[in-house]
Amino acid sequence: MGASVSHDLPHCLRLRRPRSLVGSSGCRMDLTITNLACARGGVTVLEGVSLTLAAGRALVLRGPNGIGKTTLLRTVAGLQPAVSGRISPAPESLTYAAHADGLKAALTVRENLAFWAAVHGQRGVDAALKALNLTELQDRPAQQLSAGQKRRLGLARLLVTGRPVWLLDEPTVSLDAASVALFADVLRGHLAKGGAALIATHVDLGLDRAGVLDLTAFRAQGRRAGGGFDEAFA
Amino acid sequence: MIALLLRDLRLATRAGGGFGLGLAFFLLMAVLVPLGVGPEPALLARIAPGILWVGALLACLLSLDRIFALDFEDGSLDLLATAPIPLEGVVAVKALAHWLVTGLPLTLLSPVLAVLLNLPGPGYVWLVLSLALGTPALSLIGAFGAALTVGLKRGGLLLSLLVLPLYVPTLIYGAEAVRRGVDGQGALTALLLLAGITAGAAALLPFAGAAAIRVNLR
Repeated sequence: MGASVSHDLPHCLRLRRPRSLVGSSGCRMDLTITNLACARGGVTVLEGVSLTLAAGRALVLRGPNGIGKTTLLRTVAGLQPAVSGRISPAPESLTYAAHADGLKAALTVRENLAFWAAVHGQRGVDAALKALNLTELQDRPAQQLSAGQKRRLGLARLLVTGRPVWLLDEPTVSLDAASVALFADVLRGHLAKGGAALIATHVDLGLDRAGVLDLTAFRAQGRRAGGGFDEAFA
Repeated sequence: MIALLLRDLRLATRAGGGFGLGLAFFLLMAVLVPLGVGPEPALLARIAPGILWVGALLACLLSLDRIFALDFEDGSLDLLATAPIPLEGVVAVKALAHWLVTGLPLTLLSPVLAVLLNLPGPGYVWLVLSLALGTPALSLIGAFGAALTVGLKRGGLLLSLLVLPLYVPTLIYGAEAVRRGVDGQGALTALLLLAGITAGAAALLPFAGAAAIRVNLR
């Protein structure tokens, strides 16, 4: 198994090697989640999730629909607060790719990507377009793209964020087999540069150093999350 | 942040961006009111400041729900919330972009429409000044309301109801400044209060809006 996955606390607190600057996608970054519980709509869906994802590794999240894969990814991304537990590094090192790609229909492919590159203070739009085979489409408005092409553009955004840890929620939806292979290559390149990826997917991406974590083991007993805004308004 | 501003301006001015909707509404209102109340010059001159300010306010209101709803639907808001720019900055920039495509054109167009409503000569300066000082507050308050209602299905109605009471002080002082200007009384106090509302809104509402978005993204 590529990533070490543990349910017990002390195992996860072991010392890791010091970080060093590697690759174009920033510094090597280990993702450590310690005893995390996360909630959806005020109900705790997962608890006791602990894992360590070393730089250069990918971890695939598995589990039936509704188990909380998206909730876990959104919590790790910092979009919603954790009920309890710790996540390191801070959200500034993570980037999240959801079901929605964050594209503007009226802008061209290049303009869409250039915007996200500018927001993250990065360059490399051309390389990202090339990596996902979008160079020929670069001047086309995003509204004229097919679903799979839009998805590829959404995934190209990951490359211009310059962030080491990718949180991917069903990245291969609406991609054909060739595009899945293309994306798997991009992902392998990212991992080779010292990046890491936490992926919720049911598709085998053919990553040789990917671990698998079945979230069924962490299913919470449907308790209401303690306190907070959600409970007050539920 | 500049990239976000440029993107919003570009989106607003491209086909289907909604730029011009507020302007068209403002124009319609200024054209239709004289037809509705009759062509009597003295009456028009008396109601012109109020009509122009109400028109500007409603024209602003028209495009408020687009500020965050579109970004929420296509997932951009999630990605902006995890981007290196602070969410407070996102709210401020989006309010600025909204002002640049609604409030500023309304302000520049208002002297032309004031002619249609027979606004007396001394009022023009005060009309443009009061709109220039007051419409940023409309965009800022609107951005806060849009942040509160983002993610709600058909949040537009709730947004209008939330925002209208907050718009009232701006409307009162704005129209009052023009009226006093027309009458030759000192309009400075009303203008200062208007500027105060805008400054207060600019200082506080980006933070309140960002907090509302964080809650709504959960």
